[in-house]
Amino acid sequence: MQSNTHISVQNLNVYYGKQHALKNITFDIPDKKIIVIIGPSGCGKTTLLKSFNRLIDSVDGVKVSGKVLVDGENIFDPKAEVTHIRKKMGLLSQNPSPLPMSIYDNVAYGPRIHGLKNKKELNSIVEHYLKESGLWEEVKDRLHTPASKISVGQQQRLCLARGLAVEPGIILADEPTSALDPKSSRRIEESFLKLKEKYTIIIVTHILRQAKRLADHVAFLYLGDLIEHGPAVDVFENPQEEMTKEYIKGVIS
Amino acid sequence: MDKRKIEENIFKALMIASTCLILSCLVLILAAIVVKGLPSLDLAMITQTPKGGYYLGKEGGILNAILGSLYLAGGATILAIFISLPVALYLNVYVKKGSRLASFTRFALDVLWGVPSIVYGAFGFTIMLYFGLRASLLGGIIAVSLLILPIMIRAMDEVIKMIPEKLLEASYSLGATRLETAMKVVVRQALPGILTAILIAFGRGVGDAASVIFTAGFSDSIPYSLLRPAATLPLAIFFQLGTPFPEVQDRAYASALILTIMILAISITIRILTRRFTRHIVK
Amino acid sequence: MFSWAYIIVKKIDEIMQNIRLLKDKIAGRFMFFLTIFSGLLVFLIAIGLYIRSRPILAIKPLSELLFSTSWHPLRGEFGFFPFIMGSIWVTVLAVVIAIPLCLLAAIYLSEYAPKYIRESAKPLIDLLAGIPSVVYGVWGVLVIVPLIKDHIAPFFGTFSTGYCVLAGGIVLAIMIFPIIIHVSLEVLRSVPYGITEASLALGATKWQTIKYVVMRKAMPGVIAAIVLGLSRAFGETMAVLMVAGNVAKVPSSALEPAYPLPALIANNYGEMLSVPLYDSAILLACLILLLVVLLFNILARVVLIKVERSIQ
Repeated sequence: MQSNTHISVQNLNVYYGKQHALKNITFDIPDKKIIVIIGPSGCGKTTLLKSFNRLIDSVDGVKVSGKVLVDGENIFDPKAEVTHIRKKMGLLSQNPSPLPMSIYDNVAYGPRIHGLKNKKELNSIVEHYLKESGLWEEVKDRLHTPASKISVGQQQRLCLARGLAVEPGIILADEPTSALDPKSSRRIEESFLKLKEKYTIIIVTHILRQAKRLADHVAFLYLGDLIEHGPAVDVFENPQEEMTKEYIKGVIS
Repeated sequence: MDKRKIEENIFKALMIASTCLILSCLVLILAAIVVKGLPSLDLAMITQTPKGGYYLGKEGGILNAILGSLYLAGGATILAIFISLPVALYLNVYVKKGSRLASFTRFALDVLWGVPSIVYGAFGFTIMLYFGLRASLLGGIIAVSLLILPIMIRAMDEVIKMIPEKLLEASYSLGATRLETAMKVVVRQALPGILTAILIAFGRGVGDAASVIFTAGFSDSIPYSLLRPAATLPLAIFFQLGTPFPEVQDRAYASALILTIMILAISITIRILTRRFTRHIVK
Repeated sequence: MFSWAYIIVKKIDEIMQNIRLLKDKIAGRFMFFLTIFSGLLVFLIAIGLYIRSRPILAIKPLSELLFSTSWHPLRGEFGFFPFIMGSIWVTVLAVVIAIPLCLLAAIYLSEYAPKYIRESAKPLIDLLAGIPSVVYGVWGVLVIVPLIKDHIAPFFGTFSTGYCVLAGGIVLAIMIFPIIIHVSLEVLRSVPYGITEASLALGATKWQTIKYVVMRKAMPGVIAAIVLGLSRAFGETMAVLMVAGNVAKVPSSALEPAYPLPALIANNYGEMLSVPLYDSAILLACLILLLVVLLFNILARVVLIKVERSIQ
């Protein structure tokens, strides 16, 4: 079973002003697998995720040191083109954030801003990715209604389709099902299990059960430190660190 | 990729240019007033009233207008306080959160805020006619107090709104009535903010001309009675500028400078008070 | 013995409690009436003006008053059309000048500028708002009028005294910068960060995000800001009075003088009572002004409340 490294994090440190949010994180993320980052709230999971697509750049007073290599290139290189990096990653946020436009325009937004104008191509992209995220059947005859009019679960699937439409290699998901009802959550999880054949998926979650259901690999973060990481089987059945043991047993939360 | 960057840079340049243009308007206006007004500014202007023929170029000053404005705006502010403070307290202490009366009143006040000052002047004028008043200090006070009422109420409202619920609850749980809570707890806590609101309204009242044209008339003497016309600084500027004599026009610029300095002083005081207030909020 | 004293003290305490509650109640009533008064003030003003306008409305049809260009009070002719058009010319020009400048500045301050620039620009813009309209008028006479007379008009091959629509438009534009920018900044601030983040995450540049996502979300609120500015310009009196020229003719170009409605009202307070129907006509003009401004304000405020509610 080949397991190339898609993303390699090396000595990543992130500071928000004086606050040391991520402390010397080093680990590799294998290609086309689901890696779940677990840990109690406020420990830096979201920061880590957002450093992958450099969304943390917009935070006032942020300082980053270290390297994150994606496909061999350091995304924090000063010469790197940010929009190019972000195109490689699709972000699914905790609260579905449909853009203020129609369902069609939401999915077409990504390809459009990168220069695609051909109507036919856009139509096929929209249909393809809405099918991939399982939303096509439900919205195919109202593609031009505003995206805000569909249910929250549908909106999250729309955001997934939207993110996939720019053909990233990596999917970043930040607590993707916390705002959803159980049925919608299940659908999103099923999508992830299908998508890992083509994409590397990094999920941040505080729901341990979800992690156990989805993860091929696990990274456990606590207060900015990477405590333990490795294949899911190893970390869940046989945790090496004391803190990991306690978290999994549900003591610290 | 390059096309996107170029477009962004063009707009960024336009944006910075716009911001600079707008800010430079402030500088231009203040500079022009200072440059034109300073040479003609002398002590006589602020310490003397116009002597005979002042508007034809003879001596005197605009003390009548300076004091007239201060009395008028001062009177209007005091009158407005008697209405504004109770209303602001009522909206925040007596009325339940989210009540329709509160939202309606706040909406009505926001709409009133946009009513042109000339309308207040004309309305004040009709009231004066109804009561048989002539153009006078009192008429001006009534018109200006109506003008600054929405400003003062909303400013006080914003400030009093910031007081945390817990403080009110603490007062009630000690057995205080709403009135007592309002007067003893809320006012004390929000005092700097309330003073700021009063100053904001006062500043507006000093600078406004359209509301006093109809109602306060004009006079060459310092106001000594509520029922006689009173001079106001904005109108003094207007009249001096309207004469064909360059010396008088120069005095208009100097008067404009005096008014601008007054307004600036009030604005700066407001800034300082606001900063002190936000430092002392109970969280 | 003791029980008597006890009963008396208890009674006094009860009475004092009742006084406190009574004071609370009376004060409450008093404040309630004041609040109702404040809320209804707008209606009171409109009604008051209407009552005084009745005489002329009884004699002349509204269509003649609004659309006739003949303004000869001594002959009993009161056509407001030149003044309404004058107001429209000056206001529209002011808004046309202000919109691009204010939008660009607001977007810059809200989305691009570092915090220290934003925080120092805001008080300066507020300062602009605090300058009294007479001072704007003086400045207009000092700087803008000669500019037009000596440089702009000759550049276009015509002559102008400088007291014209353009002068009024420029001065009004500067006067409404603060309100448009202030409200636009609030609206931009209220755009939820989630959609900005989503757009950036898809690889859009900041400017693309602003163009296609942020502005789309902020559009109703920004339009409301512009309408508030428009309303302010429409009602402004002193500054336009001093620079617009005050000739009772419909302007046919921006370099011709105009006589906006508020200027008409302000200029004639003296003669009003001596000519029959004049005061009624002027107060009718005032009522028209009030109703137009109210319409704009109410629409804009309703939109802004909706915007505020959508972020909660």
